Amino acid sequence: MPQASPRGGDAIDRRNLDWYIDKGVQVLVFIGGVSGILFVISIFVFITKEGLGFLTEQFSIGEFFGSPRWAPTSSHNPTYGALALIAGTASVTGLAMVIAVPFSLGAAIFIGEFATGKPREYLKVLVELLAAIPSVVWGFIGLSIMNPLIIKLFNVPVGLNVLNSGFILGLMAAPIMTTIAEDALKAVPDTYREAAEALGATRWQVILRVVIPAAKPGLLAAVLLGVGRGFGETMAVLMASGHSINLPTSVFDSVRALTATIAAELGETAVGSDHYRALFTLGIFLFVVTFVINLTADLVVRGIRRK
Amino acid sequence: MFEASDLNERNRRVERLWRLLFLVMTVLLIVPVVVILSVLIHKGGPVLSIDFLFTEPVQGMTAGGIFPALVGTVWLVTVALLASVPIGVAAALYLSEYAPDNWLTRAINLAIINLAGVPSIVHALFGVGAFVLFFRFGTSILAASLTLAIMTLPVVIVATRESLQAVPQAFREACWNMGATRWQTIRRVVLPNSISGILTGVILEVSRTAGETAPIMFTGAAFFLPFLPQSVYDQTMAMSLHLFVISTQVPGVPEALPFGVALVLISMVLAMNAISIAFRMHLRSKKKW
Amino acid sequence: MVAAEPQARPLLEVRDLAIRYGDTLALSGVTLEVQKHEIFGIIGPAGSGKTSFLRTLNRMDQFTPSMSVDGEIRFNGRDIRRWRNVYSLRRKIGVVFPLPVGLPLSVYDNVALSPRLGGIKKKADLDVIVERCLRRAALWDEVKDRLDSLGSLLSGGQQQRLTIARALSQGPELLLLDEFSIAVDPVTTMRIEDVLKELRQEITIVLVTNLVQQARRLADRTAFFLTGECVEIAETERMFTREVQDERTRDYVEGRFG
Repeated sequence: MPQASPRGGDAIDRRNLDWYIDKGVQVLVFIGGVSGILFVISIFVFITKEGLGFLTEQFSIGEFFGSPRWAPTSSHNPTYGALALIAGTASVTGLAMVIAVPFSLGAAIFIGEFATGKPREYLKVLVELLAAIPSVVWGFIGLSIMNPLIIKLFNVPVGLNVLNSGFILGLMAAPIMTTIAEDALKAVPDTYREAAEALGATRWQVILRVVIPAAKPGLLAAVLLGVGRGFGETMAVLMASGHSINLPTSVFDSVRALTATIAAELGETAVGSDHYRALFTLGIFLFVVTFVINLTADLVVRGIRRK
Repeated sequence: MFEASDLNERNRRVERLWRLLFLVMTVLLIVPVVVILSVLIHKGGPVLSIDFLFTEPVQGMTAGGIFPALVGTVWLVTVALLASVPIGVAAALYLSEYAPDNWLTRAINLAIINLAGVPSIVHALFGVGAFVLFFRFGTSILAASLTLAIMTLPVVIVATRESLQAVPQAFREACWNMGATRWQTIRRVVLPNSISGILTGVILEVSRTAGETAPIMFTGAAFFLPFLPQSVYDQTMAMSLHLFVISTQVPGVPEALPFGVALVLISMVLAMNAISIAFRMHLRSKKKW
Repeated sequence: MVAAEPQARPLLEVRDLAIRYGDTLALSGVTLEVQKHEIFGIIGPAGSGKTSFLRTLNRMDQFTPSMSVDGEIRFNGRDIRRWRNVYSLRRKIGVVFPLPVGLPLSVYDNVALSPRLGGIKKKADLDVIVERCLRRAALWDEVKDRLDSLGSLLSGGQQQRLTIARALSQGPELLLLDEFSIAVDPVTTMRIEDVLKELRQEITIVLVTNLVQQARRLADRTAFFLTGECVEIAETERMFTREVQDERTRDYVEGRFG
């Protein structure tokens, strides 16, 4: 049996100040890490708390999702149909994606696979700068540049419509999608490319047959995050969509988005009123939908990592 | 033989075609923005002057400068940074240096992705419910800045985590082997070699925060205030909201004025981004190992 | 050859050590003792568990989540799993990796780091330690004029000696070396070997090496590890004079495999 430890060992093996500082820091950064979860939960809790009264009293699924009549300020018969708002958001986001998806995937392929050296660096920087333009500036561009342009080009009475806001939103979402898609392409190991090139495939064949299939989940995630971005965009849509309640039948119709409705109306409501609670309910809906989109994108990306 | 080279020739032509197509798409993505920027400069440029930056708006915001909005944006960004940088750096340190690979870490990562993905107007609703009403900060710089801080937290976390992870693991192990605690290792070796990357992230956050509008609309930013904020409990004007207000809410604004405001705002944001990018490139060129 | 005093308590006692990565057994059934002031060599082909063994000695296994360790390791008679302050244990054990790691600090700060962590602040005291450790690592003459340059930008051989100087600056009782000569030219290797021979006067060394002849040159006793098993421990000379107990040891030492 080993005897009692020599006293020297005991003197060395003491928890000193450094040991306790280390533990303290560990606790602090842990709190910082967990705070992320805490914030997401409290966002949900607080908007639900404010909107709960509406959900339990006035809310009806049939009206909310089925009726296009959003008239919360009507004095005798307020209605809370979000269908037109959902249609507004969907039409704008849809058009934005029609524009942004091909262009951003194309740009990602060019930047990631064809461009090299300095031009590649410059393009990446440019895309990054595009992503930085504030949404209120985009909205202003829609309002003051796109609006007269659309009126003149298409000879329509109003230039604030699905076309305007969809185009603006497409330009806004494209840089983000390009960046994520390019990351996904870059994540495909070079050994794949080399193996295919060794078999005599041209660069384009390699991209089409090897790189894109391998990067598919990442590209899909890029599109999903772009959709999430468009869905949640507020200022640009508020300023460029015309902000009139409509089930759009053409791109020249003005529409109103979910986000824009909250931004435009919250300032005029009294805290705790039905209207106020209804706007928070729209917020809950937005939160849940973007949560699902982000979760799906994350699962899709995780899928490739596991493989 | 003959057929094979023929096929090669065709393949190469197809490749050139696709390459051209993608190049055109990339250019088309960038061209509208260049056009838009030049229109902004063309129309807003004449408005700009030192006076414009340093005087108050007058005559119902149809004339004068943008000084209170500039000052307000500085207030909002500063207070937001004071809140989000410590939390963000702590969270990044946890994720990069401490977090084991378990469900909690995955949940934190997912939460950060979601924090970045939640619509800005929902952040605004949260700010109203939590900071304005529940914590009774009222509509104030404090409430608006905290809302901005939570919204832009992912920017700091992601940038910090990336620069922490760029420090090779071998350095940490060497330190641990010398009997350094985790914190000593972080302070002496990891942080000194990632601090510039963290700064890059902070600059990026400044640019994001300065441009946001929706989260501050109902939490602390005002349409018009005749005085500058004196404390974090005051309301304030802000550049982004000012642009929204004078371009949509105020009648009789001369056309050039909002262009001038937009130009100042976009210059601020892009300058910050450019600094951040230049800083990052400079770091990359200056390897220490 | 100075054999270690047999009656003194061993610095390191290892009993029934087993190391797993997840479900995979990397090393098992290792029982050995390392005496004070001896150079204890460990030889064996790649994948035999030598490095894993070394990592457990200063509890670096903590930093590999999948790694689990069974058995008992005593340092100075104390079970290392029971240390309350594991950092103070690591301060007593210096480590040199196969690939040199010069920290991205100045040469001076590299060597002064550990004393500083230990609470030494005075420049004069640090100067003395830095110079002594760099001299003992046979690096002083090459770097004395550029103590401010980055340690991570020295040549490989210099970085490896810097790593040794850093390990010595802790004032360790035990020095663990893991195939230190892999990234080092032969001349530097010989210089480091001379340094190690001198160091034996003061500290104990465990030397993991892939070079059988290096063990023969330096080690008092040598253990032979093979595929996760400690095949044989003997005085080094016996290993090289065919007085081995196990066929596999002879085959390895004579270069028939490995």
